[in-house]
Amino acid sequence: MHKLYMELIRMRFLTMLAYRVNYYSGIIIYAINIGAYYFLWGAIYGGQQQLGGLSVEQMTSYVAIAWMSRAFYFNNIDTEIAQDVREGKVAIEMIRPYNYLSVKTAQAFGEGIFRFLFFAGPGIFLISLIIPFHFPATATGWGLYLISLMFAFLINTQINLLTGLFTFFLFRNDGMMRAKRVVVDLMSGLVLPISFFPGWAQTVMGFLPFQAVNYYPSLIFTGAITPGRSWELIGFQAIWMVVILVPILILWRMARNRLVVQGG
Amino acid sequence: MQNVKHIFGIFADYLGQYFKTRLAYRADFLGDFVSNLISELINLVFIIVVFTHVPLMKEWTRDEIIFIYGFFLVPYALFSMFFGFWDFNERYIIRGEMDRILTRPIHNLAQVCLESIAPDRIFGVITGLIIMGYAAFQLDLTFYWYDLFIFIGLVISGALIYGGVYTAIAAVSFFSDSRTGIAPMIYNIQQYGRYPVDVYNKAIRFVLTYVLPFAFVGIYPAAYFLRKEVWYTYAALTPVVAVIFFGIGLLVWNWGVTKYRGAGS
Repeated sequence: MHKLYMELIRMRFLTMLAYRVNYYSGIIIYAINIGAYYFLWGAIYGGQQQLGGLSVEQMTSYVAIAWMSRAFYFNNIDTEIAQDVREGKVAIEMIRPYNYLSVKTAQAFGEGIFRFLFFAGPGIFLISLIIPFHFPATATGWGLYLISLMFAFLINTQINLLTGLFTFFLFRNDGMMRAKRVVVDLMSGLVLPISFFPGWAQTVMGFLPFQAVNYYPSLIFTGAITPGRSWELIGFQAIWMVVILVPILILWRMARNRLVVQGG
Repeated sequence: MQNVKHIFGIFADYLGQYFKTRLAYRADFLGDFVSNLISELINLVFIIVVFTHVPLMKEWTRDEIIFIYGFFLVPYALFSMFFGFWDFNERYIIRGEMDRILTRPIHNLAQVCLESIAPDRIFGVITGLIIMGYAAFQLDLTFYWYDLFIFIGLVISGALIYGGVYTAIAAVSFFSDSRTGIAPMIYNIQQYGRYPVDVYNKAIRFVLTYVLPFAFVGIYPAAYFLRKEVWYTYAALTPVVAVIFFGIGLLVWNWGVTKYRGAGS
């Protein structure tokens, strides 16, 4: 079983390697986005030293690392599930001797490793040459970031599984998946660090899992918090991971019982 | 002229069909509507939250930036309503659907536009107008009777600029049938047009004005209504840029069609 999933991860990794054009355009897209926010934040800070508890330098590091973390945790498995359902492929997937959702997660992981090695790695190096950038000073700092990033990936993948599973009930949910993507980008702290939001909004978002997807690992990376606090955040991530598992399992049970195969 | 009238007639027929198919999946129809609204509002959230920390961004106030954003939404909505062929390469080239298009009696670009028409995007116009109205009220802007016509002209120009750029990009598929990934790249660049160009450095400003003129879909025309006289020349050039870029798009497309060899089965 273990070997099967390793193989799935490897296959997806190789598939990504085969579609190199996506890879080049992906790098440019991330550069475009980081560049846009770099200038925007420059204009927003103007002469000010600190905003929302971050200096301009910390802000630029934050923007860069937030996008690089996204390179690892981002995937489209919800769209893939939707497509499988719509084309009827899911029927075949379900009679195969593995768990469909774990397979999707393994594939997403293969994709994540690819982007992390060939995308975020070189990307962060290039950026550190152009803009002032602070890497974690200690091995502990790196370790904490990587653990937190791993959880970020799992939680984001779970959110994607959840939205993907809705296709079983709605048949078409492109709109929902698109809405999810922008909501995750905003509420995870990718476009704005959570500390920028007004107090009440921060309280509300404290009850939602999205910060765990980007804000926590990015915060740990910038070194703005103590290791003790970092462990606390990782603990929150672990709790969220378990919590989101519940609706996924329930929906998956229901989905198997009422699957309507379209096309196929 | 008869030809153009004919095309518009067919557009109306397709619209009817479109709503029938969309309403078959009602939940998605609603989901689409809500998701568009959310993504439009999230950019607004960014602006509003940032301006709770600072009074100005370069020399621009919060409401001015909001106005520009609201304006941007209107031509953008029109564009995405009529030029919804993001997946042109996959849908028409790889699957060989283009062969069918070429057998149709109306111009092939019009036929492709027809098939990917997305009338529900019209709601973007309404959102844009509401956002703009709010900002205009806050800024105490005064409008003249002829501003309505200028507005309509600028909006159509903006939609045509987008149309031209994306038509040209789609036409690239005629030359190489592999995926190019250009469209998502351009999509990300267009977001720059929503903010005043003087925020960026010279290189980006140049690109947004002359290469991928997305600034003509947001900041330049909006500056006219904000009465920023420094940008008036650019605002006035918007229709010219629109004609040039849509012309280029159409030329590249027509040239590409002659190179089309057909793929798929």
